[in-house]
Amino acid sequence: MKRLVIIIALLGLAGFVALAAVKMQQPRDDFVRSAMIGQPLPAFALPAASSEGEELTQADFRDGTPRLLNVWASWCVPCIAEAPQLSELQRQGADIVGVAINDTPENIAKFLADYGDPYSAVASDRMSQLQLKIGSSGVPETFVIDGDGVIRYQHLGDIMERDVPVLMAELRKAGL
Amino acid sequence: MIAELGLAALWLAAALALLQLATGVLALRSGTSDTGAILSALVRPVAILQGLLVSFAFLMLMWLFARTDLSVALVAANSHSDKPMIFKLAGTWGNHEGSMLLWITVMALAGGLIGLAERRLPEPTLLATLSAQAFVGLGFYAFLLFSSNPFARLAQPAAEGMGLNPLLQDIGLALHPPTLYFGYVGLSVAFSFAVGALVTRQVGPDFARAMRPWVLGAWIFLTLGITAGSYWAYYELGWGGWWFWDPVENASLMPWLAATALLHSVSVLASRDALRAWTIMLSVVAFSMSMLGTFLVRSGILTSVHAFAVDPERGTFILALLALYVGGALLLFALRVQTVTEGERFAVTSREGALVVNNVLLSAILGIVLLGTLYPILTEALGFRVSVGPPYFNPVGAIFVMPMLAVMAVGPLLRWRRDRLERIQKPAVFLIVMVIPAIILSLMVGYSGILPLLGVGLAAGLAVGSFLPLRGRNLLRVPLNVWGMVISHFGIAVALFGMSSEAAWSVEKLAALNAGDQTQVGPWTVDLTDVRPRAGPNWTAIEGTMLARYGEQDPIKVAPQSRTFWSPVQQTTESALLTRWNGQLYAVMGSQGDDDRWQVRLWWKPFVTFIWYGGILIGLGGLLALIGRLQGDWKRRHTERRIAERAAAA
Repeated sequence: MKRLVIIIALLGLAGFVALAAVKMQQPRDDFVRSAMIGQPLPAFALPAASSEGEELTQADFRDGTPRLLNVWASWCVPCIAEAPQLSELQRQGADIVGVAINDTPENIAKFLADYGDPYSAVASDRMSQLQLKIGSSGVPETFVIDGDGVIRYQHLGDIMERDVPVLMAELRKAGL
Repeated sequence: MIAELGLAALWLAAALALLQLATGVLALRSGTSDTGAILSALVRPVAILQGLLVSFAFLMLMWLFARTDLSVALVAANSHSDKPMIFKLAGTWGNHEGSMLLWITVMALAGGLIGLAERRLPEPTLLATLSAQAFVGLGFYAFLLFSSNPFARLAQPAAEGMGLNPLLQDIGLALHPPTLYFGYVGLSVAFSFAVGALVTRQVGPDFARAMRPWVLGAWIFLTLGITAGSYWAYYELGWGGWWFWDPVENASLMPWLAATALLHSVSVLASRDALRAWTIMLSVVAFSMSMLGTFLVRSGILTSVHAFAVDPERGTFILALLALYVGGALLLFALRVQTVTEGERFAVTSREGALVVNNVLLSAILGIVLLGTLYPILTEALGFRVSVGPPYFNPVGAIFVMPMLAVMAVGPLLRWRRDRLERIQKPAVFLIVMVIPAIILSLMVGYSGILPLLGVGLAAGLAVGSFLPLRGRNLLRVPLNVWGMVISHFGIAVALFGMSSEAAWSVEKLAALNAGDQTQVGPWTVDLTDVRPRAGPNWTAIEGTMLARYGEQDPIKVAPQSRTFWSPVQQTTESALLTRWNGQLYAVMGSQGDDDRWQVRLWWKPFVTFIWYGGILIGLGGLLALIGRLQGDWKRRHTERRIAERAAAA
């Protein structure tokens, strides 16, 4: 029994070491893309994060304007890290729609007040329904949606400074 | 020349560590022969000398920082001639290389102290312990000398240093890392003791008594380090939160959880000769968690609010050390587990039983934090990134914390070995009676979630329960270590009350104000009287002057700032805090909105300070216990010597 516990601990250690070693050899942005790229946004309807906002649906993305769809949460630390880059994207003319995952209106408002509000609209996705439908597995993630509502590009993880021109280029490709 | 002296001392110390390992192992192998006796006589002095030499190297590095010797790469990168002296000195360990040198210095000093003062352990176990200590140390020496040489010179001395980052000029930040390091290193000593005892198959009360002060000491430092770190995040990040479940915070919490379990288990082993295998396992786990913490922080493998340079080479080195030490210890344990015989038996309903229950719960909490912290690494290896946050940690952790607190309140009332629940019926009922009015009272103040409500109730029960072990005793004759337990447990109740109160009754106000406007937050009335720019040596700020009135009392001035540093460009919030006995007013100055009004964020956080008062009490309790234990050991040794003297005289 004791020996079994120790062997399990040893296996856990070996697993962790292997994992961490693999992880450290990986370049940081080598991610597997969502299977939804190239597909139109699935049907969804999400309530706005604040009482004044309007409901967000897939139809809002079909008005001819390409947009960034940013999946985030107020409780997520990398989301704080990417906030300045989102503001910069907005300054350069990107229209950004935010979807807050598993969050409350108060915390969303607090986050936006603290770290800036680059969004043209913020919807609340308490049960991760949209997140799952578009093949996003964590926060933060950012999608480029073209004017016809088709998902064109996916950025996983926080947006770093070097990612800003990449995302702008993808937006232009989508017709900005 | 200073740098070269330091480097030479470091190489010599490393060589001595190798000698300590070799003589220790050879002495163990040659047993009681003459060679064995000569070799084993060498180990203690070598350990002491190693401690002195590496301390000398560390002092040399401090000297370089004090003089701001810009020909040394580390100094040029991390210091500046205009820094105040205290921050120049603190700069010695405020960077990767220096902090690793501090680690090995403390570790070698601990080894020297064991060599100098440890007399209880059987000689072979001591030799094995010091050898294990040298073995662990060698890895860190190799790390320093081959991949992180703190004494490396620049080809051309720098004209000026680059380390004038004002954010890091904070006395709390200067003291925080060494505090945690003392804790980590203390756990490495406990680990060496465990390995030593395993090698010589001497896992018993003697080993536990020798190890206990080190575990206690490490635990005190970890407690205080975490408390201070939490307060720093609270006032510096301007977010109003005091714990973020950030990987770097978790990296310090996990060793603390393991050390807490180990602390209780080693006490049982020392006084009751039970829980032998558990104690060994926990020593290994506690040290693994320190290594894991160092790895997570130094490799930058996880995204964190704490900015550390990402360095795969260093990360790989620490990972290899972690695998070697922890894997080696577990392997040794697996081979020796049959020889770690079962200690004294005890019934489930007993003091030992309660301690085991809580150790299991602590381990479960540790597992939860570990899983949540490492989960992003797992998913990233599979190709996507996630952030695991409070929605996971808070409720899942609480499931195990609550029963643990309940057992903690009644456990100390149980007798050792065997007891009957009926015997503690009265105090248990009394405690439950204490919980009910607390819950009713907090419901009257305002309901906001089940967790804070239960937290207040449990805090009340535990606060009273922590003093129950004193009932019916002559307080003047209660041993210090019992006082230590009482105060630490009470500290947990105090901190828990602070956390629950902060979660339940914090009032937040986000207001857009012009100068002259007034707003309310909780019992406070706040006037924004003035907003003006201010300039510092390397920053500009918008400072809001506010007059805050608690109820009808006199107004008090607070002045939060929103600062912009220009080298490197960085925005920080300098929150303003107003502390009363029953809570804190927390004011943050935001930016100017489109309508020229200022965004002001105010919080009233009732009893939030109790979180850190509680932390200090927990540490203080540990200190009392440590003093009590050391005193007890000294007295016991003194008595034994007297008996021996008398026997010799007779």
